[in-house]
Order: sequence, then C-alpha cells, then structure tokens
Amino acid sequence: MKVELSVNGETRTADVEPRKTLLDCLRDDFNLTGSHAGCEHGVCGACTVLLDGEPARSCLMFAVQADGYEITTIEGIAPAPGELSVIQDAFCEMHGMQCGYCTPGMVLTATALLRDKPQPTRQEIVEAISGNICRCTGYGQIVEAIALAAERLALANAPKAHKR
Amino acid sequence: MKPVPFDYIRPSTVAEACALLAQDAEARVIAGGQSLVPMLAMRLARPTQLVDILRLPELTGIKQDGDSIVVGATTRQAAAERDALIAAKLPLLAQVFPWVGHPATRRRGTIGGSVAHADPSAEIPLVALTLGADIVLRDVKGETSIKTSEFFLGPMVTAIPHGSLLTAIRFPVWPQQWIGTGFHEVNARHSDFAFVCAAAQVALDDAGRCTACAVGIGGLGEYPVRLDDAAQALVGSDLGDKAIADAVEVAMGKLDIWADLHASADYRRRTGGVLARRALSDARLAASARRQ
Repeated sequence: MKVELSVNGETRTADVEPRKTLLDCLRDDFNLTGSHAGCEHGVCGACTVLLDGEPARSCLMFAVQADGYEITTIEGIAPAPGELSVIQDAFCEMHGMQCGYCTPGMVLTATALLRDKPQPTRQEIVEAISGNICRCTGYGQIVEAIALAAERLALANAPKAHKR
Repeated sequence: MKPVPFDYIRPSTVAEACALLAQDAEARVIAGGQSLVPMLAMRLARPTQLVDILRLPELTGIKQDGDSIVVGATTRQAAAERDALIAAKLPLLAQVFPWVGHPATRRRGTIGGSVAHADPSAEIPLVALTLGADIVLRDVKGETSIKTSEFFLGPMVTAIPHGSLLTAIRFPVWPQQWIGTGFHEVNARHSDFAFVCAAAQVALDDAGRCTACAVGIGGLGEYPVRLDDAAQALVGSDLGDKAIADAVEVAMGKLDIWADLHASADYRRRTGGVLARRALSDARLAASARRQ
C-alpha cells in the first residue's frame, strides 16, 4: 500500500506492506535510524516518536495507520544539522546515557514533558519516562538531565523548546 | 516485519466496518493497537485483515445518557483519564488510569480496546465488571448489548460474536450522594501487568451505613470476578474492618484461582483477599470523607 506520511515537517511517501510497523518504515524506507527497535512489542520505549507532539510507540502502529499525523523523530529535534536541542545537550552534560539505545526515546519523551510541564517535579519526570526502559544508567542521570534541561529552558535567553 | 501478512482496511462508517466483519470471520478490529499489535508481533493473533475503526467519529467520546455514562469504544485512555465527567461520575474508573500501561500507551490505547482484549489482570475490564457496565455491540443487523457479568469468558476471550463490533461501554452511575472508591494492585513494576488487583465502590447513607457495595478482583483466574456475596453481606453494615474481613474471606474461599510463574494460587488467594479488604476500607473512608 502507498502511504504518505508527514515526518519532521516533510512529506514522505513509501510503498509498504500493511504489516510494516511505522518503526520499520521510518528506519527502512526513510533511513531515519534514530528510532530504535528494542523489544518490538511495546514494552521498552526505544522506538518512541512524537505523533502530533505526543509520545507514542512506533512499533505499536503500522505505517498505513500513520497518515494525517505530524510525526517527529529524534532526527527532527535539533534546531539545525550539527546542533543539539537543549534537552539533548543536557543529556550529554549530565551523562544521561551510556550505550545510547534508549536515548532517542528518552529525549523525545522529555521533549513532550517539558513542553507541557516546563517545571516538572522529580516525580513527574519519573512518571513521564516510566514507559522508557534504560538498562545502563539506573535512570539517575537521565532524571537529572531532564531537570537540568528544564532549568535551562526556563532561563530568559534559552532557545525555544520544540513546538508541537 | 513480525506479524503474518494481512490486509488493512479503514472503513468510513460503522455500518461498513460491520459489513467487513460479517464477511470474514478471521478479520480483527484494530483501534489503538496497544494490545493487539504485540499479539500480532508474537503471532498469537493471525488475522486475514485488520479493520481500523480508530477514526470513526461516532465511536469516540464520553457522554451522559440518563443514569449512565456512555464511553465510546475508541475513546483514548488518556482522554478518559483527563475527563471531568468521568472524574465526577465514575470515580472508580478515574482512579485506575495511572495503573493502565504507561503515559505513552494510554495516549493511543482505547477504553473499548482494553475491554475487548480482556486481559484477566487488566484494570479497565475489572472496573467495568465491578460497576456492572453493559457492553454495546453493533453488527449488520443492529445494536445489542451484553452485561459484563456475561462478557468475559476466558483470557483474551469475550462473548463478542463473530461479525460484531464493540461500539461503547455503558457504565451505570450510582445515584447515592455519598460514594467512595478504592483500588489496589500488586505487580512486579508499576504499570506492568497486575498479579492481583482489586476495586471497590460503596455508598453510605446519612448515618454511615452502607447502602450499596460492589467489589471485584482481577488477575486471580481466567477473567476478573465480582464478589457479589461479599457485597451483599456488607450492605446494611457500617463497613467495619471485621465485617469487611469476614465477607471477603467467605467469598475468597469459593473462588477458583490459578497459578503461573509469577505467583502461586495460594499467594493470589491471600493477596486478593488483602487487596479487596483494603479497597473496601479505602472506599468507606472516601465516602465518609465526602459525607463530613
């Protein structure tokens, strides 16, 4: 089936089998390999993308279901090629990653969280990332990275957070 | 690609969806896909076609209809979680959402999908059963409904006949003034599948006597169960700790309880009883707090 998807602000087309997940379509057809395939049945959150700004698991929907949404992948988060968003930068600075496998999902989840709740409590951060599994860090540095990003985004001179 | 090959169809009306389901007994309905897609990925479900009902506008939304709240099948769990009508009229349903999957799965997962999937430990089916909701179905001939007490037949098995589509869930709203609810769950990790979970709703009169009571437990066996004998025994009581403990103990003794690698039957019986007692006593406290 032909699909026309809006990914990171661009219209992309592909010819896919109905059983191809959005995740596989992003990775195989659009070469957007920042969305990671982890468990591929909705448990780990490594494949998280934003659908109309809301985190969703791209392994739990098929590409043929994804038309009409504004899809944002990790490749669409940085303000320009070679740059990092404030949240990505905070993950680097706080060592919010080790192997990096969960990181795109974590960053996207944090991006939506900080857009909706610019000054989250620690509990709200933990709840927001509860659907994203990290097997390296023990989560401490990830929570700290999101808290640091929140602090920086609140500053008057901060670059604007990712918009819906 | 992990699932078996299937066709994908997105009908534009409910009637069209029903016609598709009537033609093909191996067709499956998909909405949010948060339970079905894992089943497809593991090839536990092997449909010939997926009929996608997610964008049918008449299947989504929450509205009051007389003494019921009707929740459209494709209403997102996250939308229901934030809904003022559910918070006010169905406090027990509102209470369980934080336990249903994760924020990201609740944004896509639907109320009807969770009920139709019928996981024995799922929270939304437990609430529907405990409150005595009706499941509204549509097929090519028209609309019917099934009581939740006759709806859950086994793990992931429901009484939805071939060719029928679950279109809504009709939750009764209790008319009493002082209502309280309680919910408890034991699982390995927050938001993971419950080993056991218990839900209760009670109503108190001006003197603090229980005038209505419902209590149910999920995760004990093939489907959630409602402890009607215990509830009946508690109506008219003051819902004291002793009355609750006695009623629950009698009811737990009568249940068939299964074991799996997560928990033994003994553990589930004991834990189910404790969680049911806690849910009932929380419900009493919540109702008393409103009364005062």
